[in-house]
Amino acid sequence: MSSDPEDDYVPWIQQFCESFGHDYFVPVAQEFIEDDFNLTGLSLQVPYYREALYTILDYQVETSEDAPTTNAGNGLRSGSGKRSDLPNKLLLSHSAELLYGLIHARYIISKPGLTAMASKFERSEFGICPRYYCDGMHLIPVGATDIPGQETVRLYCPCCSDIYLPLSSRYLNIDGAFFGTTFPGLLVKMFPEIENQCKLRINKVNQDNFGIRLFGFKIHESSATGPRMKWLRQYPALEEERREYAECELELPPANDGGVDMSVSEASEIEPDFDDDRTMASEGI
Amino acid sequence: MSAHGNNNEPFTDSSSDFTEYWIDLFLGIKGNEYFCDIDDDYIRDRFNLTGLNQEVAKLPTLVDIITDMVDIELQPEEHRDSLEHNARVLYGLVHARYILTQRGLNKMFEKYKNGDFGYCPRVNCQLHPLLPVGLEDLPRSTSVKLYCAKCEDLYNPKSGRHAIIDGAYFGTSFPAMFFQNFTHAMPVHSKETYVPKVFGFKVHEHSNLDRWRSLQRRKLETRLTGYGIDIHNTSGGFVEEAAPEARAETT
Repeated sequence: MSSDPEDDYVPWIQQFCESFGHDYFVPVAQEFIEDDFNLTGLSLQVPYYREALYTILDYQVETSEDAPTTNAGNGLRSGSGKRSDLPNKLLLSHSAELLYGLIHARYIISKPGLTAMASKFERSEFGICPRYYCDGMHLIPVGATDIPGQETVRLYCPCCSDIYLPLSSRYLNIDGAFFGTTFPGLLVKMFPEIENQCKLRINKVNQDNFGIRLFGFKIHESSATGPRMKWLRQYPALEEERREYAECELELPPANDGGVDMSVSEASEIEPDFDDDRTMASEGI
Repeated sequence: MSAHGNNNEPFTDSSSDFTEYWIDLFLGIKGNEYFCDIDDDYIRDRFNLTGLNQEVAKLPTLVDIITDMVDIELQPEEHRDSLEHNARVLYGLVHARYILTQRGLNKMFEKYKNGDFGYCPRVNCQLHPLLPVGLEDLPRSTSVKLYCAKCEDLYNPKSGRHAIIDGAYFGTSFPAMFFQNFTHAMPVHSKETYVPKVFGFKVHEHSNLDRWRSLQRRKLETRLTGYGIDIHNTSGGFVEEAAPEARAETT
């Protein structure tokens, strides 16, 4: 298709990526969309698939509004056979966005897509992690599911390996499936320097400083308000913990059935811990 | 004509006898949404100001300005800016002390309920309201952070206006004191975690770490149960899915 004749002609893809709230998207390469293999199965998910595809590729598409006046009585659609299949403009633009989003989810896990998203990531275009100890780590968009229409886009922080809501509400109507569940895991694997950045940040934080204090005293875990979520951000540090970590390689070691041994072996671990906290005079608080 | 009137009015207002309360003006400034109003009596009580004369100069004048005993407009012009600035610092430092008192805590509880401090951005916390906290009690060291009681983690404020507020205006003890006082506000912690997946498969090292972390959690649960503490679906405890035996019975 020639784009020369009109000066102010903006391709659909560019228009879509530049519109409000769509700044997480990268433009998908034309060749990627034109390759039918990449679109396998999408025709079942998107209504008016052909028309939507043509819209994305800037081909001429006939909509019900464009249809010649033989269709004068708008109500009598069933009467005019072929014409009744034509979508109206609103429906078509919705289909096109859905199709583009689903193609986008596939494109960004291909090599050129990953590279394009990686440079967006580098420029911190998806925002930074709101968590204080992640120290401004850049975020990666992710979907909670690959099925469209279920969850909006979330942001994955490779440093704390957790997902967050976008800061701005403008992203709250963007479907998570347009980024897919696979993308962040793959991006981090493809660009190991991301992991290195994270390791630096993790090592910087002293885990002992975690937790809230009252007039300088830590609160004991036996208090309802005590620290009970430390495990959420914990990393194996001690020799013993590394051993446990290795044990967890394939499955969680059996729990309560073997609880007798476990509690015995644990009791020896707990006691120094418990004494330690008691010297903090925190149990009265 | 009306435009002229509008232009003149705010000008005459500020210089006339009619003045708004300093505290109300201060709280109305954009970015000061985290602060609550302090009772006049609390600020006037010298005992509550112990030690603060080391942080700000001309303490008595500042107290008079905050409590509207003295109009700042009557002060020599060259001092006005620094007085206003110091008054705000003093208000912040007194605020850190005030919010640990019963009255202050109650006011902050209202703000917490209204979500004035924002909500936790972590997906698994399901928009749990946050509390402001300082990392240091000394002024001019770090800015204010937000504490989520559900994941027990610290977050940066969403807005840049809030990110520049001194953490010392809230203090390090505030969240702990808050939950000592309002134990019922302590949420039930969620056990849910996120493990990245590639093509539906969990990424191994993340999955390994996640298993190790849930092992740590299980150890904590065993310890707590050992103390005789109920942690199932109680505040401060953990969300508990139906026990496996119970589920087996229903199926």
